[in-house]
Order: sequence, then C-alpha cells, then structure tokens
Amino acid sequence: MTVSEEHAAKTQVGEDIMSIVETAGSNSSVPDFNAEQERHAYREMLLIRRFEEKAGQLYGMGFIGGFCHLYIGQEAVVTGMQMAIKKGDQLITTYRDHGHMLSAGMDPKGVMAELTGRASGYSHGKGGSMHMFSVEANFYGGHGIVGASTPLGSGLAFANKYRGNDNVCLSYFGDGSANQGQVYEAFNMAKLWSLPVIYIIENNKYAMGTSIDRSSSTTDLSQRGVSFDIPGEQVDGMDVRAVKAAGDKAVARAREGKGPYILEMLTYRYRGHSMSDPAKYRTKEEVQKMRSEHDPIEQVRARLLDKGLADEDELKLIDKEVRAIVSEAAEYAQNAPEPEASELYTDILKES
Amino acid sequence: MATEILMPALSPTMEEGKLAKWLVKEGDNVQSGDVIAEIETDKATMEVEAVDEGTLAKILIEEGTEGVKVNTPIAVIAEEGEEVSAEAPSGAPVEAAAPPSATAPVSSPEPAPAAPAVMAAAEPELSPNTESASMTVREALRDAMAEEMRRDGDVFLMGEEVAQYQGAYKVSQGLLDEFGERRVIDTPITEHGFCGIGVGAALGGLKPIVEFMTWNFAMQAIDHIINSAAKTLYMSGGQMGCPIVFRGANGAAARVAAQHSQCYSAWYAHVPGLKVIAPYTASDAKGLLKAAIRDPNPVVFLENEILYGQSFDVPKDDDWVLPIGKAKVAREGSDVTLVSFSRGMAYTLEAAEVLAGEGIEAEVIDLRSLRPLDMPTIIESVKKTNRIVTVEEAWPVCSIGSEICASVARDAFDFLDAPPTQVTGADVPMPYAANLEALALPTAGQVADAARAVCYAK
Repeated sequence: MTVSEEHAAKTQVGEDIMSIVETAGSNSSVPDFNAEQERHAYREMLLIRRFEEKAGQLYGMGFIGGFCHLYIGQEAVVTGMQMAIKKGDQLITTYRDHGHMLSAGMDPKGVMAELTGRASGYSHGKGGSMHMFSVEANFYGGHGIVGASTPLGSGLAFANKYRGNDNVCLSYFGDGSANQGQVYEAFNMAKLWSLPVIYIIENNKYAMGTSIDRSSSTTDLSQRGVSFDIPGEQVDGMDVRAVKAAGDKAVARAREGKGPYILEMLTYRYRGHSMSDPAKYRTKEEVQKMRSEHDPIEQVRARLLDKGLADEDELKLIDKEVRAIVSEAAEYAQNAPEPEASELYTDILKES
Repeated sequence: MATEILMPALSPTMEEGKLAKWLVKEGDNVQSGDVIAEIETDKATMEVEAVDEGTLAKILIEEGTEGVKVNTPIAVIAEEGEEVSAEAPSGAPVEAAAPPSATAPVSSPEPAPAAPAVMAAAEPELSPNTESASMTVREALRDAMAEEMRRDGDVFLMGEEVAQYQGAYKVSQGLLDEFGERRVIDTPITEHGFCGIGVGAALGGLKPIVEFMTWNFAMQAIDHIINSAAKTLYMSGGQMGCPIVFRGANGAAARVAAQHSQCYSAWYAHVPGLKVIAPYTASDAKGLLKAAIRDPNPVVFLENEILYGQSFDVPKDDDWVLPIGKAKVAREGSDVTLVSFSRGMAYTLEAAEVLAGEGIEAEVIDLRSLRPLDMPTIIESVKKTNRIVTVEEAWPVCSIGSEICASVARDAFDFLDAPPTQVTGADVPMPYAANLEALALPTAGQVADAARAVCYAK
C-alpha cells in the first residue's frame, strides 16, 4: 500500500467513526440538562481533562513512570454515568482509570500521588496508574489485565444480589476487551443469574494501535450480548446528556431486577494508547475532527453560553477553580515522600 | 506568571530527543491541549501538547535542534498581557524540576529490608475427653464447609456440579438441601468466568468457596487467582482484601492421562499473596479447610481425588480449626527426615514402616501447608537426623522439594551428613498406559531407597 493509499484508508476509518457518532446520537431526542446539571458536568469533565493534561506533563518530566493511559476525550462517558447512579453503586474498570476515580469522588491529590509513586497515594505507591482502589468511593479498580474487570464487576453485582440490596455495578471496559473470552463467560452468567450489572463498553475505536474494523468481526458492540439475550444500545459517548439518559434507563432496569444491560459508548481518545504511543495508526485529521466537532466539554460549554445558563466569567471561575485543584494535586504529588523501605513487605497478607 | 515548557520524556527510557518542529510561533495564543511541537526520538515522532494556556512568549530551542535533554526549557508561555523578561532562561536542564532519576526508587541507596519471618499459630489443644470418629476426607471437607456456612451467612459455594449433582466427586453432598440454591450455586463450565465472578464477590466483601472440579481446569482461571485475588491487597495498599477459597482435586488421579493429572503445588506456592494448603488426613482436611474459609486472604486448597474415599479419625468438635502454615510430625524418628504432603504422605508413611523393620527410624513430616512453608519444623528435624528426603508426586523441576532442599542446604548445611534428596514424579506428561503411569509416580520403594541412600545403608 502506498503512503497515499494508506492515508485514504485511515481517513475512511475516521469518516466511519463520525457517521457512527452522528447516527448513534440523533441528539435532537436527548433530554436537555438543567443549568445545574450542565454546570456540574462541565466542572467534572474539565477536572478530568486538566488532571490528565497535568499527568501527561508530569510523565514528560519523569515524575510518573511506566504506563500512563490518559482519558482525554472520553470524559463524558464516566461523568454521565456517575450522574445516573446513587451512593452504594459500585464501579470497576480497566487501566484507563484516572477519570473514573475522580468522577467517583476520590481525592485528586491521592490519585496524583499514586501516579508519582508516593506513600500518600491511594495504594501507598504500590499500585500506580493502573491499580488504584477505594472502598469508600466504591471504586474497585483499576485492573491491568484486559477483560478481567468484566467478571469481577459481575461478581460485585453478584454480591449485591446475594445481599438483597438494590445496588448496581457499573462494569467498564473497552473495545479491546470486547473480544476477550471471559467477557462472554461473564455475560452468560450475568444473564443466567439476572445480576444487576451495566456493561459499559467505552469504544474509542482503537485497541492500542488496532482499529475496531481490524480486530472485530462485528463492530456494533452493543449487540455483543445478543447470544445471551442481553439487550444493548449504542450511545453518543461524546454527549454527556445522551450518556446520562441511557445510563438512567439501564440503571433503573438493573435496580428493578431485570438483569444486565450493555451500553456501547461511542467515544474517542485524543491521546495515544499510553504516553509512549505515537499514534501513527490514525490521521491527525481524524483526531482534529473529533476534537473540533465533538468535544464533550466544548459541547457543554457552548450550550451553557448559548442558552444563557452561564457567562464567560462564570466559566472562567470554574476553570480557575479546577486549575487550582489540579495544580495543588501536582504540587503535592511531586513533593510527597516515597514509601518507606519497610513498606516492601507489608500488605501482602491480611492478619488472620 | 510566565511558565516554562520543558522538553518532555515520551517514554520511561528517553533521555534526549530532537526538537523536530514548532507548530506555533512566538506571539501565538495557545490553549491547554494544543499541539505545539513535534519531537523525534530514536523510536518515534511524538507531539507535545500545551498544558498551560497563554501567549507563547519565547521559543528557547530552535526547531531542528538535536540531542535536547529531557527537562530542558524549550519555550516560555506568558499569561494574557504579561511581559516576559528578555532574560528568559536559556536551554539548560532544570535541576530543580526533579530529573527522572530523583523519582526512580531503583536508584535509591537504601538497602532492601529482610522479608519478615512467618509465624504460625499453635495447634489447638483438644480436651482429653474429645471423642473422635472415623470419616472419609470427602465427608470431612463437606462438614467443614457446612459448619462454616452455618456460622457465617457470607460464605457460599460455587462451581461446576456442586449443587444438584451433589458434587462431581460428591464433596458437596447434601449442601444444596441444607443451604438452598442461593448459597450453593451450580455454574456453567466456564472456569475463567466464574472464578472472576467469585473474586469480584470477595472484593465486594462476601466469602466465596470456588470449587474447581479439578485444578487442571483452573489453568483457565489462573489469571484471576493470581492477578485479581493474590495481588489486590498489595496493589491497593492494604485497602481491599480478597477473602476467598479456591478448592478442588489436585494431582494425579488414576488413568486419566496428561491433561487431568498434574500437581499444581509449586505453581501456587510460588505466589506472594496466596496461602496454599495440601492436606493428607481427614482431620487436617477439615481443620484446615475451616481455617481457610475463616482466613481473610485468598487460599488455594489442593485436595486429592484418590484420598477423598480414605478414612481417618477426626475429632468431634465444631471448632476444629488448625493453623495454616504449620507442619505436623506424623512419625517421630532420629535417623532420616522424610518430608511430604497430600497423597505423597501415603508412600512416605509406608516407606517409614519398611525402614523401621530395617532399623532405620525415619521422622516423617506432613507439610499440610505449602505457603507459608513451615521451614522451622523441617530444619529442627534435620538438625536431629542430619538427613532429608522430600517426597511429592509433582514434576521435579522447581518443585516443593527443590525449595526445601535449597533452604536446608542454606540454613542447616553444617548439620547435613548426606546431600538433600528428592523423590518426585517423572519429568514427563502423565501417560495413560497403566504400566507407564505407574512408572511416572513415586512409590514407597523409591522413598525407602532414597532414605537408605542418604543413610548410606544397603
């Protein structure tokens, strides 16, 4: 394939993505947010984005090591879903997890300090970017093995059902995980036992460097539950209102004991798979088009301004507040002490 | 305040790179997320995004410059309306900005701490009036589960054929009738999936017993046993425990060949974050399974199909809970130490009887737990006998016996009068043919021969 043919092929993938987002959305039917919801979504998404940009910067400065998978571009997915659940509901995801933690209410300082491997990080510096947990925030990780969070999330839902409460578990995974065998094993049992779990497939179109068309025999991932009689739908994952509306329905259904549901969130990551990925498998135009036409934060910002729900000054205040939180977290994470050497041998087993 | 943009590291190993191209020029307004430059390393070309916003006041490193060190200031961003001093710093790496080495614990000079010693609790003392009853290992395991399920509503059993079929090996016989289908759950044949669901339920605070029909099939699920169950407490800084028992038949059965006859003792004993138990007697099976269910950690419980039907005396005591990590001296002796576990104990005890007839008094240690491994009991015995033979059905390479022999050579070298010796299964996949299968498993005769050899007896 010549360079220009390759470019054309990549552009084709890009156009398919746009059309999926646009048709899935049919956003005229999406219920509007009120002013408070718009402001909340704006602030939450902005916090994730600024946090991730700062994490990228700290990575570049050598403060964060190893793998660091940024959530930039996908902020509407977790933000909208968090708006659809109640306290006590659990969430679990794979390793692109910083946004989920912030959205679950975990302290940005503790998350950033874990990224820099410090004693006051959520895992005392022993977990890093991909392995953080908070019992308090009902955040069950942070899992580095592609596909593993799906049965684990189903197990959390099993615990809810066993206890007879009405909590639901949001089990997030990506288009890459969607081809793992254990995902389907979990689907089967979740339906068989009517577990209160929502499978949220964050389809950002690329499993590392392999586009969904190159990895998946069927690309409508919302229909991957058909063999198990699990219903699903595609959602415009760049529109936080569409995410919340779909989340509301799926969560209510699971809470009523009607079992699992699949929400395929059509979304997009602006950055590479991890920090060290130059992302040569897609064109700059594709990325730029998503950023300029579908950015989840810009959509909310535009609505807030167009509808007169907020003015520039108010938004600037939110920006400033978010920047201050992120700067404080970064400052803290750079200066907090590393774990004591004695921590090497702690937390391996619990005292019986 | 003006902010410096530093040359970023684009991978954990990058030290310098080429500033290939500026995509903005001085005076341009930049927003967070704007791509401002391209950087080339030996591996790739990467884009640099702005984190701060404002006006690009000054470019400090011209495009095309090679060998720009990580953390060198490459440009200055000024806030709106701000004047940038003409004396903007020129491109020298910023020491204060903590170069990567300052954050890399590997370069830390502090010595690694020693691993803590593992102390097991003492054996429970039974009142002399406690009666015993003969029961099979199968019944002992069933009673252990039933008693713990009565005691704690969070304990439940899941696995293939555990409920309506009453257990593929009848270990769960009667549990469905007593506890109902909420707590005794038949799964589809889908080890990876139901193991993950069990682990998830444990992370959520329940206390699952996950039965694998045999441990051979748990290879499909080993990712969850190790990556999800064993490592989570550590990865969460001690926040999130995983109280779960994985149990089922391990090792060789009879005439089921290679894929159904493998001992996984060394596989799981290798893993920090797990406890591993492999009992021989019904009494130990019951007391240790009860301990495993009460333990807040993930426990791998290795049973043996051939032992299920064998009977032993078991104390009649609902609180018969044994300490995990404590070996048992099954037979006292002064001439040679024989160490085994699970079904290997049968050959070992038989060999000890034969040796006694020849005037060789063997001390037989039943490990019972493989992790933590009770090395103090073994070392104590070797100090007395000065000889050791380990016995197991597993493959010889990197086996439990290898670990014990290495530890004895290190910690009791001066006490040894003969090389530590191993009796193991043959280093082959288990054959089907009856004669070949017999050749692949250790025998009492081999154990006795090994003992005679280290005693320099004929």
